[in-house]
Amino acid sequence: MDRFVFLTVDGLSRGAVYAAFALALVLIWRAARVVNFAQGAMAVAAAYVAYSVSAATGSYWLGFGVAIVAGLLLGAVVDRVVMRHVDHASPLNPVIVALGLVLLIQAVLGMVYGNEFRPAETPFSRSALTVGGVAVLSPYDLFVFATIGVVVSGLAWMFARTPVGLRMRAAAFAPEVSRLLGVNVGGMLTLGWALASGVGALAAMLVIPTELGLHPHAMDLVFVSAFTAAVVGGLDSPPGAVVGGLVVGLLLSYVSGYAGSDLTPLAVLVLLLAVLLVRPGGLFAPVAARRV
Amino acid sequence: MSATGAVLPPRHRPVEPGDRPADRRRGSTLLRHLAVALVVGLLLVAVSYTVEPFRNFQLATVAAYLCATAGLTVLTGLNGQLSLGHGALMAVGAYTVALCQNAFADRGMTGGWLLPLSLGAAIVSTVAVGAVVGVAAARLRGPYLAGVTLAVAVVVPALAVTFDGVLNGEQGLSVPVEPPPASLGPYFPYERWQLWLTGAATLLALLLLANLIRSRYGRTFRAVRDDEVAARLAGIHVARTQVLAFVVSAATAGLGGALLAVLAQSVSPGAFSLTLSLFLLMAVVIGGLGRLAGALWGAVLLVALPDLTHSATELLTLSPAVAQRLEGNLPLAIFGLTLIVVMIAAPGGVQGLLSRLGRALLDRWSARRS
Repeated sequence: MDRFVFLTVDGLSRGAVYAAFALALVLIWRAARVVNFAQGAMAVAAAYVAYSVSAATGSYWLGFGVAIVAGLLLGAVVDRVVMRHVDHASPLNPVIVALGLVLLIQAVLGMVYGNEFRPAETPFSRSALTVGGVAVLSPYDLFVFATIGVVVSGLAWMFARTPVGLRMRAAAFAPEVSRLLGVNVGGMLTLGWALASGVGALAAMLVIPTELGLHPHAMDLVFVSAFTAAVVGGLDSPPGAVVGGLVVGLLLSYVSGYAGSDLTPLAVLVLLLAVLLVRPGGLFAPVAARRV
Repeated sequence: MSATGAVLPPRHRPVEPGDRPADRRRGSTLLRHLAVALVVGLLLVAVSYTVEPFRNFQLATVAAYLCATAGLTVLTGLNGQLSLGHGALMAVGAYTVALCQNAFADRGMTGGWLLPLSLGAAIVSTVAVGAVVGVAAARLRGPYLAGVTLAVAVVVPALAVTFDGVLNGEQGLSVPVEPPPASLGPYFPYERWQLWLTGAATLLALLLLANLIRSRYGRTFRAVRDDEVAARLAGIHVARTQVLAFVVSAATAGLGGALLAVLAQSVSPGAFSLTLSLFLLMAVVIGGLGRLAGALWGAVLLVALPDLTHSATELLTLSPAVAQRLEGNLPLAIFGLTLIVVMIAAPGGVQGLLSRLGRALLDRWSARRS
């Protein structure tokens, strides 16, 4: 029972990060109809910037803030410099370009920092507090939950209640009409990329210390898990991404706790295949006919 | 946006060989391909006697990569399915060959027929894996397919650690390969033998692929890529065609991986990482999607670019640590950058540029004559 509680909490904490990362994927998918395969690499780049800043100043929080700013900027730059110029006639073109970005970013990181694991620090202890003799939550888990909670509700509030959110939704839903109504569609797209990349950077900052450490490939498996989470929830649904993230986090935690951590990658693949074969649109997708 | 995964927008799509009526006048496709394969084979033998052993080994590596890139060209270029998992399929082929060769060696079996048998087993096992992924892939489109194959690329190499009892984890397995047959003489260079082996296997695979592309199946592949609904109306079983394309492509990827393992005489998960899958895709895109010649350019690039950057970093005087970082990562950076630039500026790839250039020259020549 103790073990089950521990695994559940651990899974929810990991799942919260997957949820944030999946949410970033969904943001870009809704805005630009592109699955940003470079998101993991972009997030790692932001985390490396934070590492440099923290190492230079000795302050974790300064690095944390810089990582998010770097993520926002990187997203805007990737949209303006690269993605804007890709021919979107075929859905494969942006995917291939994003993969080129993955190679480029990881190689540049490798050249600057070297291809070895670097320790990543946490601002709070990761040893669990005990409640009534049962190890439950670590302060770091609480920090993760709080941060992700703030970000998710902040995004939900922004899209539902603010003029900017309304413009972003309009620009994604009907670009031509929005342009006629005076919405800066290109700007909204860039803003969407920046936001998604910022959320991705935040997720990377939260998840990297809990894994092996900072490495150019540190987010490869996290990206696959988050993609699975986004697909479980349906690529079009932000609440679905959050639920999907928690589901994937729990599943991975149980698999690694009860069956061995070597099996977690396989579990992700099986879950992804199962969801896509049974409900390709995700668990929360409305029934839709394929457009021709 | 069309539902099919056509990679190139129509205006960039080259006139494909099978589409030209002129081709029908040139006699049997099979005989023509056989003749080309024979000439290329003889050329390879001639080259293998003139260049130094290291170049022989490099050419053999090009041949092994060519197997995989040619298969990926058929899948992505002709059938419109994107696979980021071909590095993993190569790993399946490589590990199968390692297990087979080790099993033969343990039982003390020798003979020239063992290696072809192992290669055959590698193809069979990759076909089995490819069929499973292909059945899933046939139901998926665009980014979903990319995501699943990406997961395959990340997960399959990790299995070597999961089942380290058989696959020996990160260390990998060694691949015992017999020396060249005694009939070739006592001083026959090993690298030349490697080139002969991989060259022969790759030529055979390419011959089969080239014929497949020109056949009814090749036309159904293209029809499904261009418009699934029209293909279905024309009586083509879309899902079956897609699975077939995936299986064919997986078989060549498996052979390519097996050949690489035979060349390196070892396999380890590190050699078949996600980066390899991205490399293959990049090679195919830069070479020119949908043409086997493009696959050749891509395979050459995969071997030549790291070699070039190695020479370049040796020219610069750098500290060993910096040189090591540059050497491992500079080719990756160049590959990535090239991939982005090619996709944005020249979606036809190298082969597309070459044929455009050739056509322009031909036009000018015929204009001058008239």
